[in-house]
Amino acid sequence: MSGVRHLYVHLPFCAHRCGYCDFVTVVGRRGEHGPYVQALLAELELERPLLAPRLETVFVGGGTPTFTDEHELRRLLSALPPAAEVTVEANPETVTPEMATLLLECGVNRVSLGVQTFDSALLSVLDRVARPDDVRRAFYHLRDARFDNISLDLIYGIPGQSSAALDADIEKALALGPEHLSCYELEAKPGTRFTHRHGEELGRQAEALEGYFERVVERLTEAGYRWYETANFCRPPQADGGLDLRSQHNLAYWLGRDYVGIGIGAVSTVSGLRWRNTPRLPVYTAVLAQGEAPPRELEELTGDVRRRERVMLGLRLDEPLLLDGLAPVMDAEALSRMERLELVARNADEGGGETLTLTPRGRLLGGGVTVELLA
Amino acid sequence: MSQDRIRNFSIIAHIDHGKSTLADRILEVTDTVSGREMREQLLDSMDLERERGITIKAQAVRVLWKGHQLNLIDTPGHVDFTYEVSRSLQACEGAVLVVDAAQGVEAQTVANAYLAIENNLELLAVVNKIDLPAADPDGAAAEIAELIGGAAEDVLRISAKTGQGIEAVLDAVIERIPSPAGTAEAPPRALIFDSSYDQYRGVVAFVRAVDGTFRTGEGVQAMAQGTRFEAEELGFFSPTMRAAEALEAGEVGYVITGLKDVSRLRVGDTLTTRENPAAKPLPGYKDVKPMVFSGLFPTDSDEYPNLRDALEKLKLNDGALIYEPETSQALGFGFRCGFLGLLHMEIVRERLEREFDLDLLVTAPNVAYQVVTLVGSEVEVHNPADMPPDIERVEEPYIRASIIVPKEYVGPVMELANDRRGRFDHMEYLSEERAVLIYELPLAEVVVDFYDQLKSRTRGYASFDYDIVGFREGNLVKLDVLIAGEPVDALSLIIHRDSAYGKGRALVDRLREEIPRQMFDVPVQAAIGSRVIARETIKAKRKDVLAKCYGGDITRKRKLLEQQKKGKKRMKQVGAVEVPQEAFLAVLNLNDNGR
Repeated sequence: MSGVRHLYVHLPFCAHRCGYCDFVTVVGRRGEHGPYVQALLAELELERPLLAPRLETVFVGGGTPTFTDEHELRRLLSALPPAAEVTVEANPETVTPEMATLLLECGVNRVSLGVQTFDSALLSVLDRVARPDDVRRAFYHLRDARFDNISLDLIYGIPGQSSAALDADIEKALALGPEHLSCYELEAKPGTRFTHRHGEELGRQAEALEGYFERVVERLTEAGYRWYETANFCRPPQADGGLDLRSQHNLAYWLGRDYVGIGIGAVSTVSGLRWRNTPRLPVYTAVLAQGEAPPRELEELTGDVRRRERVMLGLRLDEPLLLDGLAPVMDAEALSRMERLELVARNADEGGGETLTLTPRGRLLGGGVTVELLA
Repeated sequence: MSQDRIRNFSIIAHIDHGKSTLADRILEVTDTVSGREMREQLLDSMDLERERGITIKAQAVRVLWKGHQLNLIDTPGHVDFTYEVSRSLQACEGAVLVVDAAQGVEAQTVANAYLAIENNLELLAVVNKIDLPAADPDGAAAEIAELIGGAAEDVLRISAKTGQGIEAVLDAVIERIPSPAGTAEAPPRALIFDSSYDQYRGVVAFVRAVDGTFRTGEGVQAMAQGTRFEAEELGFFSPTMRAAEALEAGEVGYVITGLKDVSRLRVGDTLTTRENPAAKPLPGYKDVKPMVFSGLFPTDSDEYPNLRDALEKLKLNDGALIYEPETSQALGFGFRCGFLGLLHMEIVRERLEREFDLDLLVTAPNVAYQVVTLVGSEVEVHNPADMPPDIERVEEPYIRASIIVPKEYVGPVMELANDRRGRFDHMEYLSEERAVLIYELPLAEVVVDFYDQLKSRTRGYASFDYDIVGFREGNLVKLDVLIAGEPVDALSLIIHRDSAYGKGRALVDRLREEIPRQMFDVPVQAAIGSRVIARETIKAKRKDVLAKCYGGDITRKRKLLEQQKKGKKRMKQVGAVEVPQEAFLAVLNLNDNGR
């Protein structure tokens, strides 16, 4: 069992909660940072038997990991097992030259910067603290510290965002020359305060928003980025055999690999078993202080569920999905129909198996196509 | 009893004008029930019979008054049962016409009075509720005199509530209504004017003996249908069931037949004995045919067997209801049901939902069409989807509508009737304030929202009644709806050529709103034959992805997709297009203003 090569670490603390956010976050509570990191390290010790001695990826997400008390952050990062790719999520306003140096010193080699937008008015709509200048400054601090793998998170479809504003965001992001870009459409969950406040505006924009995804893909691929996952883009490797700049950690999820997640609300999937930690901070720290595993929701993944997930995740990628063994969960009739509509293409793979690839239009409709294809 | 001491009569009235209260008072005044036994609206109560383990509603009650036998025959209160009402009236020689002193003559008063006159009944006009503060007995009496002829002074003034004037009504029944004039020595003949079903005793026929004598235990035959049975029990209601040895010429009573199927004994048929059969049946039997049809589908397709059982049970008590299985692309398995009219449809639907706890989708009603094809064959079509392609001509049912309105609404009502292809027949003023308009209209123009429109254009003041006058040729076409080139059965309509374009446009617009965008362009068309008269395109989706899919919480994403998959399964597949059931409903209800 000691072979899991991907580790996720959740740092939930944030200065405040942004209206659109639906992650497990904890606002303020400076005093909790120490006990929580202590608990994380305790959980890591409990799970260590599952992990390979040397990992491929570590991803520290949040929350706002870089908002965590610097001493505690350093203590945590230093204790994590070494890995080829170590990513930390950061909000622009938290990235000082000191923070950049801290991350570098602790073995971090990839930073995912939560930009969301370069438009000052739209930043306010999203309740973001950072101003456009903070974003650029944070980026420069990271470059100055010699980070050569930086990802920017962008959100599009923000209430009030015109298509010109979208174009401007893309251009400003491209001007920084990041190695990687994640572009997500804003999800306004029904019943949230955010939707209550902005739902009407989003309704008015609905028709225009339809074209934004297409526009993002078009613009980024024109600029030479590889659209390697539904919402993710990276620069192609340098000609001289440089790094594969895809997010290796996220790729592990999309390819159905095993991973261990620690921290509140974190999910692990190992050998057909998936568990999710309690999202409650006090419970988590208290139980781990006793040296026990936190309360978890367990889910056993049957063969068919794993196959379904394989299809669902695999079709998000630009690489062909090997259909081998997936027949039980696929609707053959729908497959032919999707083929006729030129949304998918079937090909032979070198090994003699059959593969499935979404056409560019199929990728824009990937969710719907997946629903169709699954039996 | 000798026929000159018998009087058979009905009470006819517009709804809520006091028919049931008057019936109750008559039972009281004649000591048929004691005050202690008296209960409100006894004729409508089924509890008494239940005590005897049998649930038959009294359709005729026998009372004694000053040495005479009076049979009070109940009539179904609503317009859809015109045929039944007329059978009940045929069992009488006279009718008490009750009019509310505050309301005056209403549409049902008119329709019922006409029916009574057509059946040669002596009308005894009564103004009721004279105790009400708002009562205008003289005004109401004048309206009645205007309607049926005669002098306003001859109209009786009563209050069924307080009992004032009831004895005078009974005296007038004896004085003014003729006694029966059958032949006591002739072979027996009896008119079936109503029937009921009891789970223990089978079909119970309510009859008016016209000639001869029927005896318990005799072999009996229904002359039109040929059904044979033994008269297990004869009797009358007074007000509870009383068995009797015989029913004699002129008398009214019941026959327990033991038959297990209500459709074997039809209202209007003539009973005779096998021993001494009559040569000719009584006149007037006709096979009532449903005129209004609609599809009934369970909202939950698993409920289909329950709907079938419920219809079977209803049918036992309602010989006029017909149904056959129907399969619709859009709505799945259900039944196409035939009704006598709109009210009958409402009643059936309500009983199915209330008594059988079913959740139903009811398609927009259509009428029966008589179609002659190019090769000359005649078919009756109950469902637009069944319309043959090669049509020579189509005939549709017409009604004679009586609409009563205050005079200031005559204009709006005429406008409405004209919009609905109505042909003005005539108009009469019932008083200075109110007029009755008689129109002939295609039933199809009335079945959906005519009544609502009428009410809303007259601020609720109009009253409306109709009867069917026959089939007439119409310039009718079948309007088809095609989604992505596929015709959709549930959306086909038969419609007048002049309104086809507007309706086609409305259908197509509505579908464009209701059908979610697909992964390809979907043309929606309305067509008459091969000619497309309206077209819209539902543009293909440009984007359909779950934006975020990272972090390890894959389960949640998978469940989202599974949810979508479930949603898809509830959709109906029309060719390659998924159409939500709601879209069909929205369209089927296009004309249905929330009714």
